[in-house]
Amino acid sequence: MSGVDHGQDQEPLLALHDVHKRFGGLHAVNGISFAVATGSIKAVIGPNGAGKSTLFNLIAGNLPVSSGAITFRGQEIQGKKTHQIARLGMARTFQNIKLFHGMTALECVMVGRHVQSRSGFFAGLFNLPATWKEERAIRIRAMELLDFLQIADLAHVEASSLAFGQQRAVEMARALAAEPKLLLLDEPAAGLNIYETAEVARLIATIRDMGITVLLVEHDMSLVMDISDEIVVLSFGTKLAEDIPASIQKNAEVISIYLGENNED
Amino acid sequence: MRIRKNLSLAALCLATVGLHLLIVATGTQFYLTQLTMAAYYGLVVIGLGVLMGYAGQISLGHAGFFAIGGYLAAALTTRNLQPFQEALPVRMLDCLGLLATGQDIYGAALLTVTPWAACVLAVLAAALVALAIGVPVLKLKGHYLAMATLGFGTIVYRILLASAYFGEADGIVEVPAFPLLPAVGRFGPVVISGDADHRILNFYVAWGILILGIALLLNLIGSRVGRALRSLHSAEAAEASGIDTGRCKLQVFVLSAVYAATAGVLLTHFNGGIGPGEASVMKSVRYVALVAVGGMTNLWGTLIMGVGLTFLSLRGVFGAYDDVVFGAILIAVMLFAPGGVLSLRLKEFAYRLIPGGRS
Ligand SMILES: Nc1ncnc2c1ncn2[C@@H]1O[C@H](COP(=O)(O)OP(=O)(O)OP(=O)(O)O)[C@@H](O)[C@H]1O
Ligand SMILES: [Mg+2]
Repeated sequence: MSGVDHGQDQEPLLALHDVHKRFGGLHAVNGISFAVATGSIKAVIGPNGAGKSTLFNLIAGNLPVSSGAITFRGQEIQGKKTHQIARLGMARTFQNIKLFHGMTALECVMVGRHVQSRSGFFAGLFNLPATWKEERAIRIRAMELLDFLQIADLAHVEASSLAFGQQRAVEMARALAAEPKLLLLDEPAAGLNIYETAEVARLIATIRDMGITVLLVEHDMSLVMDISDEIVVLSFGTKLAEDIPASIQKNAEVISIYLGENNED
Repeated sequence: MRIRKNLSLAALCLATVGLHLLIVATGTQFYLTQLTMAAYYGLVVIGLGVLMGYAGQISLGHAGFFAIGGYLAAALTTRNLQPFQEALPVRMLDCLGLLATGQDIYGAALLTVTPWAACVLAVLAAALVALAIGVPVLKLKGHYLAMATLGFGTIVYRILLASAYFGEADGIVEVPAFPLLPAVGRFGPVVISGDADHRILNFYVAWGILILGIALLLNLIGSRVGRALRSLHSAEAAEASGIDTGRCKLQVFVLSAVYAATAGVLLTHFNGGIGPGEASVMKSVRYVALVAVGGMTNLWGTLIMGVGLTFLSLRGVFGAYDDVVFGAILIAVMLFAPGGVLSLRLKEFAYRLIPGGRS
């Protein structure tokens, strides 16, 4: 596994500084700071309700932060809109898969290509020849990604009628289609069997090797320990620990709060 | 998909010719007028269909946009600008050659805007109003657009009823014909007017414009921006894919207002006038009902239902219960067939009949 060789001297791709999120009386994210080095895989773990998905929603701009700062590629992004952040090179998947109704797998992935293409409203309305080439390129790249995820044969099947694991793959392809710098994966292996989970682990490592930085939330400890360069442990919105997998495995507090109760003995 | 789209458009062209032949064969030429009008109303309905079906927004003010188009075209082409000859806007129009001179019924000199210029100004005005309503409202989540457009529609209706310039309760009459295209060689000019001798021509012009209208919408839906539109239902995932959902909705809203206003302009020239009833909220509700009955994301269903039911209504089939019928349709669709009538069991059957009906 190639480690984080340039994590120290280079500016991190993503950095959180004392980020808070309150939902009324609930302090869902309580002063979280950490950084994600370019080219690394970082995992966020923690028991149910720890605030992991909320943290992702803050990073991706789906929710506004209550306070704190988030920098991505050297820019402060808290307060920016989700689509603006996506344009900067951030893509994500969702814990409860979100695909587009009435679209085929291929079309879903083509939507993901939005930030990499530019044909506008009038070009579309009048079907200008200038758009044809771009449209073809979008289709080809989307097909390549479906192929990369080994679901090319399902390209023309309506995405919402696919099996769970296949829908996850479509969503991953949709996110990759944006050619992101940072990919946020919220429980990419949830609901998958052990073979599929192993496949996903390999896939994530491949994605990192392609130069895409990955931040993921995952409950499957074998996957997390296998592929992550670093792990952040959350509990009730606060950061318990941040370290390399081997140290996290030995951390007594983490074991008692999380690994001990949630994982198989 | 592109082949399918072209096939279904070709089928619609053939159906138009077939309709004409059927009318000739059965000697029912008197249907032509209502079929022409129904095509223009169809234009309003398909534009609104894209807004409702894809952007997921309801507008209860489309009769308002229709009326802005119709009334501005009517006023600009009939109201005498002679007294304002020295005003700057009038002088500018004059310099651009967009003014026409004529005589009113008493033989006095009449200075008006040419129909083409009036058409462009009217549609532009509707687009700008849509922009002004849409920019603040579409940023909000939920059905705020329905509320805002309801208010807008009511305001337009009341202004038209109250202002002498727009003819109060009588509306504007004696709107001149609209010379769309000049005569070329052997072909006579293409004129939008309700004259009996232009009847067949106007039937084809209206249906041609409707077909053009739906062709453009199909283009849009199949494009990059169209994919973005179709993704709006899953707003979070769309935003995460870099789609500015607010902007997308705004574009579609303005486009649908442009469709409504264009229909308003053309129908006003065809009818030779327009009255405040065209701006009433009941008309807006009717357009919404027609989209709903056609199936929100089914442009072809919207087209067929929009034109078909409007034709029946114009023929007076529903009698005094006209508005009741459309209200009832809206309730029935919401209760029994939220996907539109064509989504009922006839669905499979209908799709086989309509190539590309499901694009
Ligand atoms: N939009 C919201 N409004 C109010 N409370 C919320 C909202 N989103 C999340 N919460 C609360 O914030 C806390 C953290 O939720 P979150 O979904 O981030 O947890 P998680 O770590 O992702 O859990 P899981 O492992 O179950 O996915 C929970 O108590 C949740 O109920
Ligand atoms: Mg979660």
